[in-house]
Amino acid sequence: MQQTRSVEISTGLFVLFGMGALFFLTMQTTGGDNFSAADTYEVEARFTNVGSLRSRAPVSMAGVTIGRVTNVVFDPIALEAVVTFDIDSRYDQIPDDSDASILTSGLLGSQYIGLQAGGSDIYLEDGSEVLFTQSAIILENLIGKFLVNRDSGDADD
Amino acid sequence: MFRDFYNTLKEFVRTFGAFQLFFLRLLQHSPSIFVKRFRLVVKQVYNAGALSLVIIMVCGFFIGGVLGLQGYSNLARFNAEDSVGAFAALALVKELGPVITALLFAGRAGTALASEIGLMKATDQLSAMEMMAVNPIRRVLVPRFLGGVISMPLLAAVFSTIGLLGAHVVSVNLLGVDAGAFWIQMQQSLDISDINEGIIKSVVFGIVASLLAVWEGYNAVPTAEGVGRATTRTVVNTAIAVLIFDFMITAFML
Repeated sequence: MQQTRSVEISTGLFVLFGMGALFFLTMQTTGGDNFSAADTYEVEARFTNVGSLRSRAPVSMAGVTIGRVTNVVFDPIALEAVVTFDIDSRYDQIPDDSDASILTSGLLGSQYIGLQAGGSDIYLEDGSEVLFTQSAIILENLIGKFLVNRDSGDADD
Repeated sequence: MFRDFYNTLKEFVRTFGAFQLFFLRLLQHSPSIFVKRFRLVVKQVYNAGALSLVIIMVCGFFIGGVLGLQGYSNLARFNAEDSVGAFAALALVKELGPVITALLFAGRAGTALASEIGLMKATDQLSAMEMMAVNPIRRVLVPRFLGGVISMPLLAAVFSTIGLLGAHVVSVNLLGVDAGAFWIQMQQSLDISDINEGIIKSVVFGIVASLLAVWEGYNAVPTAEGVGRATTRTVVNTAIAVLIFDFMITAFML
């Protein structure tokens, strides 16, 4: 009987230890900016180019994550990308003339949406659209422009 | 010649079919054993899981440490040694954790299962059970199978966690990577889907490893040599099957 008990105790310890490891892996190693809010409202924005923005990318304001991208689709009529994102309902006083730009964290990091506050008295609400948007900066285009400018600069001399 | 080939092929298909039926029979008895004879399962979780814990933890620590060393020295060429946390965590959680745990599990628990069941067969214990109207598949094989399936994901999680500890000790405490950078890079690059991939892999590998072990033991030739051969085949077949499944799951999940 004593032996069965010790077997059971060590089995229990093993299972608890395994569960603990699993919990540690899911909680501690993932998601530096775990955004989860019970109540959200949905906002839409149109960009001419979203770069490599994908759903689940963070939406941040002043550097704090306040929402998450839920969908990125291409509008075949306006020929633009339509990005839908959820914002935590706690932040319900974002002016509706705020502008959304697609930014990159770090030089080669992942892309996210940065909101810059506007000055309007009307706030964003469920279903509204952010009108002022700035597309992703594509590194290749930037280098291309730089090279063209440099060449034309040489011609002026 | 053609005749031989035909016979070999037929034998192969027959074995494969028998294997499937065996698996289905295990599954069929699994729920009732799990509910009614839970003590048997607990005993096997102890045998397969709790007793494998030490080897898993030691190996995990050193694998993590080696990832820390290799990650540090190779990422330093790109001045990216801060990413060693992300590198080690991705490698451990998605690949090395489940795969190496499954291989160690086959060596530690799979061989024990196969030789135990093979010896039971060689000493006619299984036949004796049948004489007493006890179904040996139900009484002997199913608890061992379930014990392995329950233990594997837990062991893989322990392996990854201890591996991260090893990587942390080597890269932060010995090589001087910043601890904050280590964890933040890891947290930014790991997603819940990466953890899920590791869990799915370890569950599949647990099923594969336990199933092959009880199958080989149950079908061992009931002699001393036969039991030895069944034990060897368990390890070899599990290693092959685990690596093939690993490739398929990774290709599927990408």
